[in-house]
Amino acid sequence: MPSSVSPSRHRVTGSEWVGPYTLLRLERGELEPGAPGQFFMLEAPGRLLPRPFSLCLAPPGELAFLVDPIGPGTEALCALGPGDEIHVLGPLGHGYRLDVERPLLVGGGIGIAPLPYLAEQLGGSPPALLGFRSDEHAEAAALLPGSEVVVDPVLVTELIEPGYDVMACGPEPMLHAVAALCPTAQLAWEARMACGYGACYGCVVEIDGALKRLCLEGPVLDAARVTKVRASNKLLQGAEA
Amino acid sequence: MRILNASGCLDALAAPEVARQLDAFVTKTVTPLPREGNAPPRIAETAHGMLNAIGLANPGRERFLAEHLPRLRELGVPLWVSVGGFCAADYAETCSGLANIEAVELNLSCPNVDEAADSAAEIVAACRRATELPLYAKLSAAHPDVAEVARAVAAAGADGLSLINTLRAVALDKHLRPALARGSGGLSGLALKPIALHAVSVCHEATGLPIVGMGGIESGRDALEFAACGARDVALGTVLFSDPGAPARVRAELAAACAEAGVATPDDVRSLAKSPETERKVPA
Ligand SMILES: Cc1cc2nc3c(=O)[nH]c(=O)nc-3n(C[C@H](O)[C@H](O)[C@H](O)COP(=O)(O)OP(=O)(O)OC[C@H]3O[C@@H](n4cnc5c(N)ncnc54)[C@H](O)[C@@H]3O)c2cc1C
Ligand SMILES: Cc1cc2nc3c(=O)[nH]c(=O)nc-3n(C[C@H](O)[C@H](O)[C@H](O)COP(=O)(O)O)c2cc1C
Ligand code: FES
Repeated sequence: MPSSVSPSRHRVTGSEWVGPYTLLRLERGELEPGAPGQFFMLEAPGRLLPRPFSLCLAPPGELAFLVDPIGPGTEALCALGPGDEIHVLGPLGHGYRLDVERPLLVGGGIGIAPLPYLAEQLGGSPPALLGFRSDEHAEAAALLPGSEVVVDPVLVTELIEPGYDVMACGPEPMLHAVAALCPTAQLAWEARMACGYGACYGCVVEIDGALKRLCLEGPVLDAARVTKVRASNKLLQGAEA
Repeated sequence: MRILNASGCLDALAAPEVARQLDAFVTKTVTPLPREGNAPPRIAETAHGMLNAIGLANPGRERFLAEHLPRLRELGVPLWVSVGGFCAADYAETCSGLANIEAVELNLSCPNVDEAADSAAEIVAACRRATELPLYAKLSAAHPDVAEVARAVAAAGADGLSLINTLRAVALDKHLRPALARGSGGLSGLALKPIALHAVSVCHEATGLPIVGMGGIESGRDALEFAACGARDVALGTVLFSDPGAPARVRAELAAACAEAGVATPDDVRSLAKSPETERKVPA
């Protein structure tokens, strides 16, 4: 749990389009930005439950999140404007280990979200490979200057060369493909979350062979720890694809 | 009025700072054998509520007693253990292994596992023989006459009631298929509140037992409404997911709500509680 148990209220300082995504800037207040790959629960105005988001950027005095509008909660967040206020809890979970020798950042789609802050924390500009569904989505690559970008049907995994410490975030099929190529990669997974701090048991993923809470164990996990996707997850994925 | 968490809505070992705001911590339901729970997705948001089909994921009786309970004691918060099972003997055996806790809550009403074969009263009677600890029977409002079940468990030796558990419900995704892998789940949150208030009222009138009221409580005003229907204590569930600071906030709001209602404590409004059915029959 973060140092404050209660979510705190934060003013929106800006909201800008990055391709089809929205970069939402909030006043930082007392919140720590945490380690890259950790996440925050953001109040989604008008919704009962908050939604999890990785920190994208930590400019002085601000926290910035990259939001893909895919449903009611994310759409409500993208509709916020300067002066609006929302409750925020975080940072939560475990992020990327930074003690790597040859980092290679790999992102798929909205999976680019945690990578700009990760690159900053690694120092300098580590090499990065980004894959997107369309040219419009690929505009988000501007958040990670110098990255190599591919657009469907080329897959980002086709560009990964051996010998790197891969740090990836993206859709589940991409993460499984990365895990198969680089068994030592660090991967940021997703699950539906109601609380983000271990209270609801809603976010379980098969980790080390058993269903465990992703919000406590992850969201960033060593590739070998996520053993397989459950049949029900596959069904969901097929439907959402 | 004490403020507890609703069973299954807080892991005190993962979030001790949240548990320390409570007057007592209620564990997730413990079953005889370990349960991994249902496959994901297990949760879905609905209008004014949410569905869950966690499936009583828990470490099982043996590991709970050996590993979890000792660590929970270190928190210094009074403990209630929620007990579940599939027959009266399951419940009774777990009860006989419990000591030095404030109370036992018998989960007689989880919608996410197949119902226990024995009746609520049989289970309570078996547990009554197994322990002298205070026994709270947690009932479902899905029963056509929850007051009748309350009378039966009171006769079987229950010391109190916990009302209510989630109600079985379904949500569909955009492809018109169930949003949860299990198909159906338990509805919790704000949508439950009027149903819970009714269950508390009629069970209070039927038994006079101490009641822990729960179901959609988000504010001090909500808690006071439960008192006005006959609840002595309240439990917070779904609200903890969006606001882990809710116990302290609700406690502060409760004091303000009492002041606004012109009463010193929630007990003052409870003593006036009548069932809505009785109230309606009273001539004007
Ligand atoms: C640790 C973590 C970090 C995240 N970081 C970001 C981020 O930086 N930027 C961003 O845009 N999104 C991020 N997400 C995903 C984001 O939280 C979800 O897209 C959001 O909760 C969806 O809410 P909604 O109400 O808009 O859509 P909903 O109606 O809730 O969902 C729309 C569809 O997406 C599925 N879905 C919902 N939540 C998730 C989820 N968490 N994972 C996978 N599928 C889901 C639902 O099953 C549904 O089919 C992150 C998720 C996690 C767990
Ligand atoms: C995610 C989740 C898990 C739950 N697990 C349990 C459980 O293990 N045992 C139990 O008796 N009730 C369980 N419940 C029911 C709650 O204890 C409570 O009765 C119900 O959610 C109504 O309160 P609320 O509207 O404040 O959440 C659970 C509820 C939720 C939302
Ligand atoms: S999101 Fe609630 S336990 Fe992980």
